[in-house]
Parts: sequence; C-alpha cells; structure tokens
Amino acid sequence: MPLELLVEWTIKLLIGFVILMTTVAYLSLFERRMLGFMQMRQGPNRVGPFGLLQPVADGLKFIFKEDITPLAADKFLYVMAPALSLVPALMTFVLIPIGGEMKIPFIDRPIALHVTSVNVGVLAILAMTGMGVYGIVMAGYASNNKYSLMGGLRSSAQLVSYELAMSMSIVGVLLQAGSLDLVKIVANQGGWGGMQWHVFWFQPLGFIIFLISMVAETNRAPFDLPEAESELVAGFHTEYSSMKFAMFFIAEYANMVTASAMATVLFLGGWQGPGVAQLPLLGPFYFVAKMLFFLFLYIWLRASLPRLRYDQLMDFGWKFLLPLALINIVISATVAVVLL
Amino acid sequence: MNAVPLVTNETETLFDSDEMVLSMGPQHPSTHGVLRVVLKLDGERVIDLDCDIGYLHRGAEKIFENRLYPMIAPYFDRLDYIAAVSNGLLYVGTIERAMKIEIPPRAQYLRVILTELNRLASHLLWLATHALDIGGFTVFLWAFREREEILKIFECFFGARLTCHAFRIGGMSYDAYDGFEAQVRAFCDTFPARLEEYETMLNENRIWLGRTVGVGVITAADAISLGLSGAPLRGSGVDYDVRKTDPYECYADLDFDIPLGENGDTFDRYLIRMEEMRQSRRLVMQALDKLPGGPIMAKVPKVIKVPPGELYHSIEAPKGELGLYLVSDGGTKPYRLRVRPPSFINLGALRKMAVGSLVSDVVAVIGSLDIVLGEIDR
Amino acid sequence: MTFEQILFILFAGIVVGGAASVLLQRNPLYSAFSLITTFVGLACLYVTLKAQFLGVVQIVVYAGAIMMLFVFVIMLLNIRDEDTAVDPNRFLVYLTIPLGAILLGALLYVVTKVNLAQPTGDEGGTVERIGTNLLTKYLLPFEATSVLILMAVVGALHLAKREKE
Repeated sequence: MPLELLVEWTIKLLIGFVILMTTVAYLSLFERRMLGFMQMRQGPNRVGPFGLLQPVADGLKFIFKEDITPLAADKFLYVMAPALSLVPALMTFVLIPIGGEMKIPFIDRPIALHVTSVNVGVLAILAMTGMGVYGIVMAGYASNNKYSLMGGLRSSAQLVSYELAMSMSIVGVLLQAGSLDLVKIVANQGGWGGMQWHVFWFQPLGFIIFLISMVAETNRAPFDLPEAESELVAGFHTEYSSMKFAMFFIAEYANMVTASAMATVLFLGGWQGPGVAQLPLLGPFYFVAKMLFFLFLYIWLRASLPRLRYDQLMDFGWKFLLPLALINIVISATVAVVLL
Repeated sequence: MNAVPLVTNETETLFDSDEMVLSMGPQHPSTHGVLRVVLKLDGERVIDLDCDIGYLHRGAEKIFENRLYPMIAPYFDRLDYIAAVSNGLLYVGTIERAMKIEIPPRAQYLRVILTELNRLASHLLWLATHALDIGGFTVFLWAFREREEILKIFECFFGARLTCHAFRIGGMSYDAYDGFEAQVRAFCDTFPARLEEYETMLNENRIWLGRTVGVGVITAADAISLGLSGAPLRGSGVDYDVRKTDPYECYADLDFDIPLGENGDTFDRYLIRMEEMRQSRRLVMQALDKLPGGPIMAKVPKVIKVPPGELYHSIEAPKGELGLYLVSDGGTKPYRLRVRPPSFINLGALRKMAVGSLVSDVVAVIGSLDIVLGEIDR
Repeated sequence: MTFEQILFILFAGIVVGGAASVLLQRNPLYSAFSLITTFVGLACLYVTLKAQFLGVVQIVVYAGAIMMLFVFVIMLLNIRDEDTAVDPNRFLVYLTIPLGAILLGALLYVVTKVNLAQPTGDEGGTVERIGTNLLTKYLLPFEATSVLILMAVVGALHLAKREKE
C-alpha cells in the first residue's frame, strides 16, 4: 500500500472526525437555541457570545460528573454499551462524500472529498447503523433497570422495523443510479445544471418514506419512544452518567448528522447544485446547507409533534411505510426499465 | 381483581415468566408529583395496576382540628396548590354557610373573578403537563406563558404566586389593586387567540388524536358509580357542575355553559377542559362588567364560632367537585373537617380506565385525570 | 509479512476467539454477543477477499437481523445461569468428543481438497456480478429459496395467529 495514500486517508479521517464532533457539539446548541426560539424562551445564551461556548461547558460538565455504575449492573456489558453505540455512529461518516474531486494547492492530483468509497457504500452504512442497535440493547440489559430494559427492547424493535422500510425506500434510488456507491449516486444527480436530484426525478415517494424512517431510526421525536421521558424516565440510558452518557448523546447526534447526510446524498443530490460544475468549491457548501435543512427538520419536528404510542409506531412502520416502500420499488423498477 | 395485593414487599410471588412489575414513581417525571403507580405488565400491556399514595401526607385534617377557624384558611392553600384560590373559597364558603353570613356583592364578584382566573391557571398547567406527557413539548412551554400572566395578576393581588390567599370569612381581606381590572381585561383579550394556537397544535394532529381518542374510556354509569366529578365525569356526558346545580357566590347571576363530552375518553376530557377555559374567560369578563362597588367585608363576629351541627358544602374546583364536611361542636375550633378531594376520587378511576391498555396510555390517562398529590394525600 | 497477512491474522483471531467464547460463556447473552463478534470478523475477512457485498450482507443479515432476534429472545426469557449449566453425568456430553472429531476430520479433508486460489481481478464480489449470477446461472436455487422463506413466513404467521385464539 502506497504510503502517500495512507497519509491521505489518515489526514482525511482526522479532518472528518473533527468536523463530525464539532457538528455534533454545535448541533446540540443549535437544537436548544432553535427550540428556545420556537417555544418563546431564550435557550442557552450565557456562555460566550450567543452561548457559543455552551458545548465546551457541557463537555467539561460531562467529564467532571461522577461516573456511576449500578451495583447490580452487568459491569462488562455496562461499560461496553456506550462504546458500541458510539463507534458505528462515528464510522459511518467515512463513506459520505461531502464534495467532488478537487484540486488542492501543492498536490498534483485531484483529491476526493470523502475518506473512502466502496462499491457497496449504501449497504455498508446500513450495516453499521444496524450494529449501533446492540449498544442500546446492551445498555438496556446491563443496567438491570426495568425502564432501561423496556427502552432497550422498544428501541431494538423500532430500529429493526424501520430499518426495513428505510432500506426498501432506498432501493428505488439504487435502481435509478445503478450503483450502491455513494459517489456514483451523487454523480448520477448532476444533470439539469446540478438540479436533477432524485427527489425531483422519480423518487419523491421514496424520499418521504426515507425521511420518516430516518427520524425513527435515529430515535428522535415523534419516534423517540426508547427514551420517552414521560414514560420510561430516560429509557435505555436511565442509569448512565458522566462520559458514558455523553457517549450515547454523541452517538445520537452523530446518527442524526449521518442520517441527514445520507438523505442529502441519496435524494437531494449530495454536493450537486447550480454552478458546481464550474466552481467545485461550491459543492461542500451546498452539501452542508442541505444537511442543515434536515437537521433543522429534526428540531422542527421535535417542537411540533407529540409522541406516538408503541403499537401505533409498529403499525405505521409495518402496515403503512413498508407496503408504500414496496410500491415505490415497483414504480421505480418500471421507470428504470421504461424511461432510463 | 382485588385492589390490594400489588403493593407489597413480596415480589417473588408476583413474578411470572411473562409478567413484569414496574414501580412507576414516586420519582417519575409524569406521575405529577409523588404518586406511585405499581404496574403489572405483560410486555407493554398493563394487566393490572395499583396506586400507592401518601408520600405527601401532612396530616392537614388533623391540624384543622387544632386551629381556630380563621387560622385554618391558609392551610387550604396547600392542599391543591395549583388552585389555591378555589380551596380558599371552599373553606370560607363553608364557614359562611354554617354561620349564615351574607357577604357583600363586591366581594362575591371579586371572588368569582379570582377563582375563575385560578381555574384558567390550573387548566393551563394541566394542558401543559398533559401535552408534555404525550410528548407535546412546545405546548408545555406555551401554556406556561399564559399561566405566567395570570400569576402576575395574582402576585399583584395576593402578594403570592402559588399559595394565594385573600379570602376571609365574611368577604375579602383587601380590595382589588389599582389597575387590576385593566390587567385582567388585557389578559382576557389576548387569551382566546392563544387558546386557538394550542388547538391548532393539537386538535387535528393525527398523533395527538391517536394518543387520546378511545384511550382511558369510562362510561357514564361507571363514572357516576365511581363518584367522579369535573371533566372526567362530564367527559362521559353527565351534566353535573356544582356551579349550576348548587350555585354559590354569584354564579347564579352569570351566564355560562357546561361543555359535555360523549365518549368519555381522554380526547373528550381534553376538549372539555379547553372549552371550560373559554367559559372561564367569559365568566371573568361578565363579572368584571357587573363588578359592583361597596364594601368587601360583611359584619362578622370578632371571635368566630360555628353553631353546633354538621354541614357539607362543595364548589366546582378546577379538578372537580371539591367538598368540605364540617362537624362543629359550637367551639372556636372545628370538631372535624373532612375534605372531599376530587383528585383522590378521580384517581380511583385510573384502574378502570387504564387496565388493558399500554404503558404510554397510563401516562396519558393520569394526565387527563388532572390530579394534584397535595390534595390526594393532604 | 504483507499488509493483507496482518489483516488476515487479526480478523481470523477475532473469528476464532469469538467462536471459542460462544462455547465457553456461561451467560447465553454473552454467547450471543460473542457470536456477533464472530460474524463481524467473518465479514471483515470477506472484505479482505474483495467480496465487499458478501461482507456487508453478512453484517446486515446475520449480525444485524438474525442475532438481534436471538438477543431479543434471550433477554425476554431472562434465562438464569443454573438453567443452562451442563449436567456432567449425561452421556450425551461424552458423545460430543467423537462427533467433534468427525466434524474436524471432514472439514480438514475439504480444506485440503478444495482449490484455494485467490480471487482474480477487482470484480470479485461486486453487486453486479452477484446479481447477474443469481438471476441467470443460479436462478432455480434462488427462486426455490424464496419460496422456502415464503413458506416459513406463512407458517410463522399461522402459528402466531393460532396462539392468539
């Protein structure tokens, strides 16, 4: 393996990690400020200008909190669970292309703005998010708390169910793009001056299904049953404190970022947009703007909607979204054969 | 099903392989205080449940027996601390009835204005927590915005925001402050628009409907036999409101409607309380228009002694029929004062409403019963 | 040692260690989690053999879906240690030794006989190749499997329905 490539990957990984962690930190601030705005209150605005140093304060607080392990907990699994939930959440970001190939000064070959690209990129991301469930299940089991256990069970059932609808909603895109590679999927949406996004181009239904199941996949309102504070106190992370809790927290927000990035790549054309062909530097900006739209949507939903009940959630997933996704596959297949 | 066995220390016998006993509370975010609900679950389904109360018991009724009549009144503010004004009205009203004191009209109208404002505050808090229990985070904070305005009026009037106390046996201890009327009117003017905001957030929201329609149903017959009152009773279509059936103060002179439900479910109870808020605002506006001048205190003896005998008096508190049973031996202290707390009796219907539903429904039903533990445990 | 060899030793270690742990753990949940480790290790091995699709599907299907069901059942049943302890007096325990030996022999025989050539080219396990093969060369087994799974689904539905009534 050429050393040059190894160095390039390491640098990209570091940059990606830093970007992801910063986004996660500021997403929490963004969420609290936006919620404050929607709910006619202030939100955190004391630490630094506009509360911009709040994430730092939160981080420090997490580190210095007492780390509690319940006496009756299964110690090994209890410690493993947060790590197991965080690692897949961070891993998925390596596959996301945030921009096209670009010329960078002092390097004589174009650099692609993603860490790596595999020919089964979409599936790989689904596989990794699927592994994240185990962290939640483990946490629920290991805490030896009934609320945690119920949260863990709810969560695993929910994730498994909605993963199905989500995967099915993607199939249409895959048929249209003819590839599972995220880079190629983005490249496929470059027409119409960078506006031939899948959402406009035969996949609006798939987009809506994906959007709903992505909210469910990340355990966010109105599908935040695993941690429904009014029923299960805090669900699977009831017993967790300090950095272990922070790891779950980061995992949740990282998952939100990844899901938003996935939605952007699959349906909103990734870094494609008007003028990108002439000026590739615009790509990452388009990408971030689209991602922010989805992240805002998450917060907006949280402020507007009550929480579904467990059975309603399951019914919705299995009896409504999944059949709809199957219909979408049929439509997409027809479109792919007839029109493309 | 027998009522007792769930609350016990012998957990072994309760654990079958499929069943799980979940102790919800007393420190739980949505049991509205220190209520402990012991749930017997099959997966997420509630097979049986039992309420464990008494965590907030302060022996209020025993304290009453050792206090002079005027000294008792402030204790009432601490029963249903969400609706302290109503509680105060009940106590002074009972003693006035027992002593046959006719209180001046101005005091009556002021009392009605304040109790109706208090009903609004109580219902707003109910709406806030009920919405939060079902996940409507924003409504929670919005409702506090209106409640804050009422509490500001209270702060000016009573000098307190929570344990408001200005009613004396025989009238009011002080008159309305300057600008009271304007402030109340300003609030009443903005309120309907705000109420509509909540209704747009909830009334046609599919998730809200799914969580409330058909949840915690109780039939009219059951509601009557369980002794329910307030919105849980009227939600089942029983037309009973103490303000109409046994008018106290000046309610007989005022015009208002009693909203009734049909299905007796959580959604009907929600609609009724929303409509009650409109009616309360209407009552406040009417009472302000008709507010007479004159004294605010009737002639009351220096030392209050209630003639020997027994008396039951009740008012329509925000939570339901709040009653007080007074036994007097003719002395300066009551022989016995027994409170009929609507929350306590309404909570008795929880088992009937929630068994067979899901855990999330229990939370929704507790929210729709609108209980206050200070009143239940006394 | 090449980079590939280092990776192979690493992942093979994970697979073997996980498999051993499945057998040695007393707690069934730990066994299940060990099995997941094994599957993930296997998936990594597939990826190093340029069968990315197979590797990812291994994680999605086995480690993700099937093991989730296992974990679910174990958690719901809440099996205690004493329920799973092996009774050393049962003769079946001793039967495992010859049976294990036979299995090992069979595996060794197959491994020595099969041609272990490296995959040629980069197109090893891509989606296109697998898809084309499944729908042309292996169409009949593919369809037969689908029917089998369908039957299993119908059967499961029937059992679940009957229990309710």
